[in-house]
Amino acid sequence: MPEIRVTPLGAGQDVGRSCILVSIGGKNIMLDCGMHMGYNDDRRFPDFSYITQNGRLTEFLDCVIISHFHLDHCGALPYMSEMVGYDGPIYMTHPTKAICPILLEDFRKITVDKKGETNFFTSQMIKDCMKKVVPLNLHQTVQVDEELEIKAYYAGHVLGAAMVQIKVGSESVVYTGDYNMTPDRHLGAAWIDKCRPDLLISESTYATTIRDSKRCRERDFLKKVHETVERGGKVLIPVFALGRAQELCILLETFWERMNLKAPIYFSTGLTEKANHYYKLFITWTNQKIRKTFVQRNMFEFKHIKAFDRSYADNPGPMVVFATPGMLHAGQSLLIFKKWAGNEKNMVIMPGYCVQGTVGHKILNGQKKLEMEGRATLDVKLQVEYMSFSAHADAKGIMQLIRMAEPRNMLLVHGEAKKMEFLKDKIEQEFSISCYMPANGETTSIVTNPSVPVDISLNLLKREMALGGPLPDAKRPRTMHGTLIMKDDSLRLVSPEQALKELGLSEHQLRFTCRVLLHDPHSDTDTLGRIYTHLKSCTISKQRQGPAEGKLRQGELKGN
Amino acid sequence: MAAHLKKRVYEEFSKVSQQVTLEEVPAKKLRLTKPSKSAALHIDLCKASSPTDALQHLLNFARKPVEAESVEGVVRILLEHYYKESDNSVRLKIASLLGLLSKTQGFSPDCVVDDAINTLNSEKSNQVLAQLLDTLLIIGSQLPDKIAVIQRLIDVACKHLSSTYFGVRNKCLQLLGCLGTVDKPLSKETDTGPGAQTSPVRDVQSVISDFFQDQDPRVRTAAIKAMLQLHERGMKIQQTIYNQACKLLSDDYEQVRSAAVQMVWVLSQLYPESIVPIPSSNEEIRLVDDSFGKICHMVSDGSWVVRVQAAKLLGSMHQVSPHFLEQTLDKKLMSDLRRKRTAHERAKELYASGEFSSGRRWADDAPKEKVDTSGVNLIDSGACGAFVHGLEDEMYEVRISAVEALCSLAQSSPSFAEKCLDFLVDMFNDEIEEVRLQSIHVLRQISTHITLREDQLDTVLAVLEDSSRDIREALHELLCYTNVSTKDCIQLALVELLKNLTKYPTDRNSVWKCLKFLGARHPTLVLPIVPELLSTHPYFDTPEPDMDDPAYIAVLVLVFNAAKSCPTMPALFSDHTFRHYAYLRDSLSHLVPHLRLPGRKQTAGSGLEVSGVGSGSLESAQNFLQDSLIRVSALHNLETPGAQDLLEFTIRDLQRLGELQTELAGSADFCATYLHCQLLLTKALQEKLWTMAVPLCLKQNAKVSTAARQILDETYKLEFLYSGLETQQIATIHNVRLQAKALQLILTARSKQGVDRVLGVCEKFLQDVESFQRLFMIELPHFQDSFVEKLLELMPRLTACKPLDLVKILQTTLRQSRFIHLKLPEQIHRASATIIEPTGESDNPLKFTSGLVVALDIDATLEHVQDPQTTVKVQVLYPDGQSHIIHPKPGDFRTPGPGRVRLITQVYLSHSAWTEACQIEVRLLLAYSSSSSKQSVSKPAWNESMDGLPSSESCIEGTIHLSKPVKVFIMPKPTRR
Repeated sequence: MPEIRVTPLGAGQDVGRSCILVSIGGKNIMLDCGMHMGYNDDRRFPDFSYITQNGRLTEFLDCVIISHFHLDHCGALPYMSEMVGYDGPIYMTHPTKAICPILLEDFRKITVDKKGETNFFTSQMIKDCMKKVVPLNLHQTVQVDEELEIKAYYAGHVLGAAMVQIKVGSESVVYTGDYNMTPDRHLGAAWIDKCRPDLLISESTYATTIRDSKRCRERDFLKKVHETVERGGKVLIPVFALGRAQELCILLETFWERMNLKAPIYFSTGLTEKANHYYKLFITWTNQKIRKTFVQRNMFEFKHIKAFDRSYADNPGPMVVFATPGMLHAGQSLLIFKKWAGNEKNMVIMPGYCVQGTVGHKILNGQKKLEMEGRATLDVKLQVEYMSFSAHADAKGIMQLIRMAEPRNMLLVHGEAKKMEFLKDKIEQEFSISCYMPANGETTSIVTNPSVPVDISLNLLKREMALGGPLPDAKRPRTMHGTLIMKDDSLRLVSPEQALKELGLSEHQLRFTCRVLLHDPHSDTDTLGRIYTHLKSCTISKQRQGPAEGKLRQGELKGN
Repeated sequence: MAAHLKKRVYEEFSKVSQQVTLEEVPAKKLRLTKPSKSAALHIDLCKASSPTDALQHLLNFARKPVEAESVEGVVRILLEHYYKESDNSVRLKIASLLGLLSKTQGFSPDCVVDDAINTLNSEKSNQVLAQLLDTLLIIGSQLPDKIAVIQRLIDVACKHLSSTYFGVRNKCLQLLGCLGTVDKPLSKETDTGPGAQTSPVRDVQSVISDFFQDQDPRVRTAAIKAMLQLHERGMKIQQTIYNQACKLLSDDYEQVRSAAVQMVWVLSQLYPESIVPIPSSNEEIRLVDDSFGKICHMVSDGSWVVRVQAAKLLGSMHQVSPHFLEQTLDKKLMSDLRRKRTAHERAKELYASGEFSSGRRWADDAPKEKVDTSGVNLIDSGACGAFVHGLEDEMYEVRISAVEALCSLAQSSPSFAEKCLDFLVDMFNDEIEEVRLQSIHVLRQISTHITLREDQLDTVLAVLEDSSRDIREALHELLCYTNVSTKDCIQLALVELLKNLTKYPTDRNSVWKCLKFLGARHPTLVLPIVPELLSTHPYFDTPEPDMDDPAYIAVLVLVFNAAKSCPTMPALFSDHTFRHYAYLRDSLSHLVPHLRLPGRKQTAGSGLEVSGVGSGSLESAQNFLQDSLIRVSALHNLETPGAQDLLEFTIRDLQRLGELQTELAGSADFCATYLHCQLLLTKALQEKLWTMAVPLCLKQNAKVSTAARQILDETYKLEFLYSGLETQQIATIHNVRLQAKALQLILTARSKQGVDRVLGVCEKFLQDVESFQRLFMIELPHFQDSFVEKLLELMPRLTACKPLDLVKILQTTLRQSRFIHLKLPEQIHRASATIIEPTGESDNPLKFTSGLVVALDIDATLEHVQDPQTTVKVQVLYPDGQSHIIHPKPGDFRTPGPGRVRLITQVYLSHSAWTEACQIEVRLLLAYSSSSSKQSVSKPAWNESMDGLPSSESCIEGTIHLSKPVKVFIMPKPTRR
C-alpha cells in the first residue's frame, strides 16, 4: 500500500526548531528548517545526521519549503545548505525571501560578534543560501519536478507566511506552518480551499486555548496608552523588530489619526526601518483595509511614527517609544526603561511573553526593586502592563481550518505534548479522522488510498452513457464493461473490440455445454416441446432456436 | 407557410420602392412612413455572404427599436433565416433576438410559441438550445394568463431536463421556476413527449429538487434558484426538501452554498414551527431553530460572499428561540484547559464589585477553574458564537452585515439587546469607519432597550475624540437617546463632551443638543451634581463665569433641561445663573426650556403668560387659522371696500402666527402667501390703466407688470417649497398662475405693437390652459365661477379667434372671475435651510492665489426638502455680479433623522485678483421644474437612453431661494512671479 511518512526533526511535540521530513509518493520534502532559541549548543539546529548517514542531503531531498521568516522556521537554513551541504531548490514566498536574510544576518551578528562563537555560518553563506531560493506566489502551482507540485496559501501570522500544499499524483499533504485564523490590524486570516488532502500537518501552539476577541485587547491597549499620554506620561513598548511591532505601529498610527493626537511616537531604528520598507512593498500580503487604502496612502508610511534618537529619551512631555528587544534584557529598551522607571506617570507595556530571568519577566511579576549591575538598585514606580498580541490560531481556529480543508488524516506539530493530546482527542471525536502527534525523530506512516487515473476511450464512455439511467444520479458509482490495457506506464480502458484490435488478437468464443439426463415418459418431440415452452415462460435468453430436428439450443441461460 | 411569408415580404418591398419614388417629387408634401423593418432586415440577411456578416447585421438590427406592429413580420423573417442558417452563432443570435422582440410592448407573442417550440425539436447545438429555452421563458413570462401555452412550455422544459449540456438543464430549471405551478401536478393527459411518460405524475417541485444532486454545480445552483423563484411567485414550497437543502450547505462550490443558505432561510420562514429531529440523538427541535443553527454555521464559511449572506439572513430570523439566539454571542474562553472569563465578564465583575480599572496586572486574566475536557465542544454544532465570529471577520462587508443583523434581532428581543451591547461597543473600535459608524447607528436604534454601564459608557465616550465628524455626530445622536445608570456617568459624559467641544469647536450645536436631551432624560441624576457643575459654594461667592464660553453654555443647557422636570433644582442656582437663564432662554430658545422659577417675579410672571399660550396653544392657534380663513372666504368680491384691508390684516396675522407656532408655520405661511397673491392680483386689476388709452399707460404698466412677475414667483414658491400639498391646492395655485400669465399677456398686447409677437404668447397661453385641463380634470368641479372655468367654457372660441379678441376676452374674464378659497390640507411643511457654516462672522478673509481655487466648507441643515440630492444647489455670488451654481454630490447629503437632511460639502471658489478683501454671498437654492411635478413620462421599453437625458435637463425652469445668504470674506491675491 502506498503511504506518506512524516518524521519531525524538530517541532515534534515541541515548540521551536521546526523541521519536518515528509516522504510522499517517492519524494522527500523538508518542511521548514528552523532553530531553537533556547539552546546555544548542537541542539540548536535540527539533527541533519538523521538524513546524512545515508548520503548527501541533496540526494535525499527533492526540495525544502520554508513557511515564514521566523527564525524557529528558517534559522538553520544557511547551516543546512552551506555547512551540511544542500544544493536543491528552496521554496519560500517573496516577502519571506526578502526579510529572511535580514533576520539571519542579525542573528549571525548576535551569535558571532557579541557572543564570540566560531564555527558559525558567515554572511557569505547566507547570501549563497538565498541564491538557492525559488520564490512562490500565493495560489500559484509550482512544479518542482514532473510529479511533485506545491502550492502556497495565505496563512496570516506574519507578512508572507504561507501554508503549503504538496501534491504527488493524487496524494497530497498540507503543511500549515504558523497561521492565524483571526485577522489583525495588518494581516488577514488564513484561508484554504476544500482541497481534501490526505494529511494536514498543523501547528498547535494554542491547542488548549480559546481566545477572547481581539478587539477588547486592542481597546484596552489603546486606552492605556491614550490615558498615559494625556496625563503627560511616557509609554515604553519593548518589541521584537518584526511582526507584532508592525501591528502595534499600525494600531497606534490609526488611533493617533482618528483621535487627532499630537504626542510623538518613536521607533528605535535599525533593523526595523529596513523591515518596514518591505512591509510597504508587499501590500498585497496585508489585510483588506490596508490593501484598499494604499492607493491614497500606504499605511506603512507612518505619519506619526518617527525614528528614535537616544537623546529623545530625556525630552520633556508625553511620548510613545517602541524599542528592541522585547524582553527588556538588553539594548535600547532596557536603557530607556532605566531612565523612565522612576516616574509613576510613565508606563511600560509588554506585548509578548518574557523568558524567566529577564527584566521583563521580573517586572511583570510585580517586582518593585530591581538589582542592576554594579549593585545599584532601581525602583520601579512606572506602571507595568501586559498585553498579549499573539498571531497563532487557537483551538477553535485549528478546528476551523480542519473544517475548511477536510483532510483525511491529521498530524499535530509545534506544540506541547500535553496540549496536543487534548486537541488530538477532540479532532478524533469531532471529525472522526485519525490524528497523529509524533515526537522528534519518530516516524508516522499514513496509508493512503490514491486513485489511479485511467484513460478511457470516448466511444466507450458514450456507449455506456447511452445505456445508463437518468442523469441526476450521475454522482453515484456505476459499473461499466471494458478492457483495461496496462502498457508502458499507462492505463487505458477501451472496449473489448478495440483491445483485440490493438493487441492483434482474434476473438475467441467459448461455448459451455452440459448434459442433462431427463427421464420423461413422453415422446421425444413432446418432451422437447414442453421444455421449450417452459423455458420460454421463465427465461430471458438471447438466442434460442426452436425445436427442430430433435435439438434445442439454448444460449446464455438466465433467470431462475 | 414559406410562400405566404415571401408574399408578405415582397409586398413590403414594393411598398418601399414606391415611397422612394414618391420622395423624389419635392412639390408634394407627403407623410412618410418608415421603411418596414422586416424588409430591410430580410435584404440584409440575404445579402450577408458569411455568418460573421449576418451576425453583424443582426447586431446592428438589435440596436434599433421595433414598433409593435412590425414585430410579427420581423419574427417571421428571423425564423425563416433560422431554418436556413447553419452557423451556430447566428442561430443563437436569432434566438436571442426572438426573445428580445417578444418583450416589445403591445405585441402578443402567442403566435410565436409554436414556431419556437418547433425549432427546439430540430435543434442540435446545445448552446442554441439553451438560448431558445431562454426565449421561451421570455415568451412564457409575457403570457402569464395563457395556461395552455404555459403547460406546453413546462412540458418542453421537462423533456429537455435530461440534456447532457448544463446550460440546457439550467434554462429548463429556470423556466420551471418562473412558470411552473406547485399545486397542480404536471398533468398526464397533455403529455406528448416521451419524457412525460417515463416519469409518473410529479409536481414541479419534486422535479426541480431532483436536480439538487446534479453533478454540475451550475445546475445545482440553478435548481435552488428555480425553487426560490417558485417561492417568490407565491407558490407553497413543501418542507420535504429541507434536508436536501441542508446538505447543499456543505457543497464544494460557493455559488451553491450561497443559494442553499437562502433556500434554508426561506424554508425556515415558511415552516418555523414544524419539528425536525436532531441527527445522532433522538431529540427534536423546531425547524427555525435548526435552520438558525445551520445558517450560523455558515458565518464561518470559507467564502466571504456566503458569510455576508448568512450574516444578513440571520438578522431576519425573528422567530428563533431566545436560547438559541443568546448562544450566538457565546464563546467560552479557555487557556491551558482552564476556563477563562472574557474581558466583558471581567469588566462586568469589576463594575459589580465597585472597583474601577486598577490597571491590569499580568496574571489578572489568569484562568481559574479547570475545564472538564470532555465537556469542551470545539466545533459547535449550532449557533454558538456565530456573531462573535461575524464581528471579527476579515472582510468589513461581513462585519457590517453582522452588525445590521444584531440590530434587527436586538430590536425584537430586549434581553438579546442587553447581551449584544458589549459586542456593539467593541465595534466602535473597528478599523473601518463605515463599520464604526454603522455600529453607532445600531446602538442608537436599540438604545430604548438598554442602559449603559459606566465602563461601557467610558468606551463609548472615548470615540468622541474621533476626527471624523460623522462619527462624532452619530455619537452625539446616540447619547441623546441613551439611558445611563449613575450620576458619575452623567459627569463622565459631560466631561468628555466638553473635551470634545474644546477639541472640535465646530461641534458646538451638536454637543449642546446632545446635552439638552441628556439633561431632560436624567433629571434625578443631574440634581446631586448641580453645585459642582455650576461651581457654586455654600459660603463663598464664586466668580461669575463667562457667558460667551460655549463650555459654560453647555453646562447650563444640561442643568436647565434637567431642572425642567425637577422643581427643587432652581433652589441651588446662584443669582447670575438666573440672569444667564433669561439670556439663554431668549438667545437659544430651542435648547433651553421654559422653567418655573420660584421667587423670581418678573420671570415667573412672564413665564406664566407664555405658558398660558403654550398650553393648548396648538389647538387655539389652529382655530385661529381656520377662523381667519373662513373670514376671508366670506369675501366674494375683492373689490368691495374694506376687503383689501381685511386681506392685509389677515396676512399680517397669519405671518405672526407662523412665527409663534412652529407646528403651524408651514400652513400659516402657505395661506399668507396665497392671500398675498390674491391681493396683488386684485390691486393690479384695479389700476386705472385698463380704462386709459394705450399710449398713456406706460408708466402704470411697469407697476402692474412687476406685480404679475411677483405673483408668478410666489406661485412657484407655493407649489415647490411646500410639501404635503394635495392636487386641489396645486390646481388652485395653477389657477392663480394662469391669472398672472393672462395679466402679462394683456400687458404685452397693450404695450407692444404688431400682431406677430402677441401671437406666439397667445399660443403659449392656450397651451398652458390646455395642460391645466389635462392635469386637473378631476378637480374642475371645485372651480365654479373661477377664472379657469370660464376660460375653459370659452375655449372653442378662444382657439378660433384672433389675438386681439383673445386679449379682450381675457380682460373681461379676469375681472369677472371669483376669488377661489383655499382649502387647507392636513400637514403642510415649508422647505427651509439654514447654513450653519460658514457663519459669516469671520473678519479674516480667505486668501488664495487668483486663478487657483480655494475650497469653502459648507454645512447646512435642510428641512422638509423632497429629494434634496437633485433639487438643492449652492449658489455663490461674487461682488461683480458673477454667480455660480454648484451641484453638491449625492454623497454630501446625510439624513440624520426623518424630514431632516444635512448637507456637508465643499464649494470651490475662484476669481481673478482683487485689490481688497471683499464679501461673496453663498446661499442654497431649490431648483424646480414644472414638468417634474407631473407624472413622469414612462419611457419606451426599447432603450433610447439618448433622448431621455437632454429632456430632463431642459425642463429645469428656475430656482427658489432656500436659505438666507451668508457672507464670506475672500481675497484672491495676484500671482507672484
